[in-house]
Amino acid sequence: MTKATETLVPDHASAHQDHHHGAPKGIMRWLLTTNHKDIGTLYLWFAFIMFLVGGAMAMVIRAELFQPGLQIVDPNFFNQMTTVHGLIMVFGAVMPAFTGLANWLIPMMIGAPDMALPRMNNWSFWILPFAFAILLGSLFVEGGGPAFGWTFYAPLSTTYSSDSTALFVFSVHIMGISSIMGAINVIVTIFNMRAPGMSWMKMPLFVWTWLITAFLLIAVMPVLAGAVTMVLTDKFFGTSFFDAAGGGDPVMFQHIFWFFGHPEVYIMILPAFGIISQIVPTFARKPLFGYASMVYATASIALLSFIVWAHHMFTTGMPVFAEMFFMFATMLISVPTGVKVFNWVATMWRGAMTFEIPMLFALAFIVLFTIGGLSGLMLAITPVDFQYHDTYFVVAHFHYVLVTGAVFSIMAAVYYWLPKWTGKMFNITLAKWHFWCSLISVNVLFFPMHFVGLAGMPRRIPDYSLQFADYNQWISIGGFAFGLSQLIFLTLVIKACKKQGEPVSDRVWEGAQGLEWEIPSPAPYHTFETPPVVK
Amino acid sequence: MQQEYQRYYVPAQSPWPIVGAVALFLIAVGAAYTVIDNSNGEQGFGSRVLGLGILTLLVMLFGWFKNQIDESMSGLYSDQLGRSYRQGMSWFIFSEVMFFAAFFGALFYARMISVPWLGGASNNAMTNEVLWPSFNAIWPLLSTPGGTTTQQMQATGLPTFNTIILLISSVTLHFAHVGLEQGKRKQLTIMLGVTILLGLGFLTLQVEEYIHAYHELGLTLQSGVYGNTFFMLTGFHGMHVTLGTLLLIVLFFRVLKGHFTPHNHFAFQAGSWYWHFVDVVWVMLFLFVYVL
Repeated sequence: MTKATETLVPDHASAHQDHHHGAPKGIMRWLLTTNHKDIGTLYLWFAFIMFLVGGAMAMVIRAELFQPGLQIVDPNFFNQMTTVHGLIMVFGAVMPAFTGLANWLIPMMIGAPDMALPRMNNWSFWILPFAFAILLGSLFVEGGGPAFGWTFYAPLSTTYSSDSTALFVFSVHIMGISSIMGAINVIVTIFNMRAPGMSWMKMPLFVWTWLITAFLLIAVMPVLAGAVTMVLTDKFFGTSFFDAAGGGDPVMFQHIFWFFGHPEVYIMILPAFGIISQIVPTFARKPLFGYASMVYATASIALLSFIVWAHHMFTTGMPVFAEMFFMFATMLISVPTGVKVFNWVATMWRGAMTFEIPMLFALAFIVLFTIGGLSGLMLAITPVDFQYHDTYFVVAHFHYVLVTGAVFSIMAAVYYWLPKWTGKMFNITLAKWHFWCSLISVNVLFFPMHFVGLAGMPRRIPDYSLQFADYNQWISIGGFAFGLSQLIFLTLVIKACKKQGEPVSDRVWEGAQGLEWEIPSPAPYHTFETPPVVK
Repeated sequence: MQQEYQRYYVPAQSPWPIVGAVALFLIAVGAAYTVIDNSNGEQGFGSRVLGLGILTLLVMLFGWFKNQIDESMSGLYSDQLGRSYRQGMSWFIFSEVMFFAAFFGALFYARMISVPWLGGASNNAMTNEVLWPSFNAIWPLLSTPGGTTTQQMQATGLPTFNTIILLISSVTLHFAHVGLEQGKRKQLTIMLGVTILLGLGFLTLQVEEYIHAYHELGLTLQSGVYGNTFFMLTGFHGMHVTLGTLLLIVLFFRVLKGHFTPHNHFAFQAGSWYWHFVDVVWVMLFLFVYVL
């Protein structure tokens, strides 16, 4: 295009009146918005609500498992709870929370006026509540909701599932469309909207990790769409992709699913790495140790994630060569992950450390995520996995990386940037209560799962042998305590949204670096309409 | 970058995304209940909700694109915004590639692993011996372990003809694009029109091929994993050709109205990329589903 575009055409200036002023008022602001900050807020609130809903389902699971025997819910409903808990936490809580943070932060971090495709941004958010309405609604239809685990293995999801599987399939399609559009927006924003001087290797790590995450999302969400489509046709249209009688194979389902599923778990942890890499330097008052190696490590983890999927399937009877390949490829991932952990530690080494709330969560992340990573390394060893497979050891592993990993990083991020969003410091007393209650209860909740798992307690079963009873009571008590602790967080966030608290400076945290700390607190409705020049 | 920064156009509030969200909701619920009703042999509300959803989606697409075209025609866009759209479209096509990859993956897995293993390959001698001792692993799988039989779709005849049609359509579309860039509007109109006709011709022959498969070969969606992969791959490809043809028809009418300039024609570029992508998928399909 030519110079006709160098300023806005006057006729259209009226369409932009809100562009130069504050936010519009009322419900329509949220339904029709194209503002990255509004959409970020919507994503974050949606994720929080889903976190509480999925958490309530976890409470049902822990109540049933408080004692051996069947007491509270019937086994079919128990299975629905484990399934929908998993789906909600993965697709409804963790992923939207990261997308919300990306929306709020990436434009402010790279000096862009908004996301690259603002209307599509609105669409990718608003289809999500509808998708989860369908998923949650399917719990109430005849025959019950999905009860085959969040991994929906065939033939559980085909031959043995209820009619509501069709609702599950189409709701997953919508979630996928949402993720793909969100990821396209993030990638295009980062490629095309950086302020002059914001070169690739000057980008904050949160931006880098999200760029790579977005690539993973676009690469694997369509594969998930393919998997659910084949489940749909196998169940309703007589195909036999996952049925040996027609020449297919149920194990093929697992290959396709985990080709999506393994990159998916990195989708849920790479942005967390980015968040921790922003927070640790601030409170250690030192630049991040090994910035370039962090970027390369993130890219390596992403590439390796495509060639490790079958470590979820060691017990399916693959040829030994395949088992060896996937074992070694998986263990290779601990190298770039180790680079990251050591870089964070080296950043703190001889730093002028202070321990504000975001830093407490970041430190808890580093220690507890590493525990989760190490149990992952144990699971990667094929012969050992034969014993651990489908036990509570696996449950312990992925809850350490996802709850004390991904969820703790999201909480760290909220505490870190919330004052920038609202202009007010959150209630520090409540925040401390939230941190310590969560930290203690989460370990009471998940650590004993390692023990019962090693002793052979299977996952996704509503009943268990008597010898696991003591630990399960502890686990359930930890679970209820962790659930209640999040209500402290809810109170704190509501107070913050009502703009209660002390006003903060633009920089908020003494050692904070980056463009988002150069703009006023609270961040104005529109920022960087003319890009800053980054030196 | 330019010396003087062109402001990036951030649109004001828009009603279309939320309409689109409602549309997807109706389509999902409607499609799910259509499928459920179908399998139970009942007549339910599913198809009506689905229809309403598709209608809402069409209204949304019409409104959104009209909005977009008006903005483009009034010169609101900058080079930077054009790059956003082009990059967005390329990543969308990449996501489509991965969607087809899932089904090609299923085809390769069935062909290279699950069918040979059922026939006793690798260390699966006992699988064959115990489950289906009379099963012979031959691709294409015309006789399944469960006993369903069918016939093979030959690569010669219609499929070859269709391949030639699609390849030519890619060339004609390219010449339409060249015409647009060189300001030769007549070449643009004719070549785009020819591309659309070729697309429609492909679809017609595809329907004929399906009829032939169902009625003469007994090759159906239910004929084991050969029929499954055949119909899912060619079916999703056919859906994409349909969508691509519709896109080209919309572009054709815009060309007649005098839209697009040699430098500003993102929509045309996007439609053309999409068409070429659909073509490449067909070449892969022809190779792996029909020929090999």
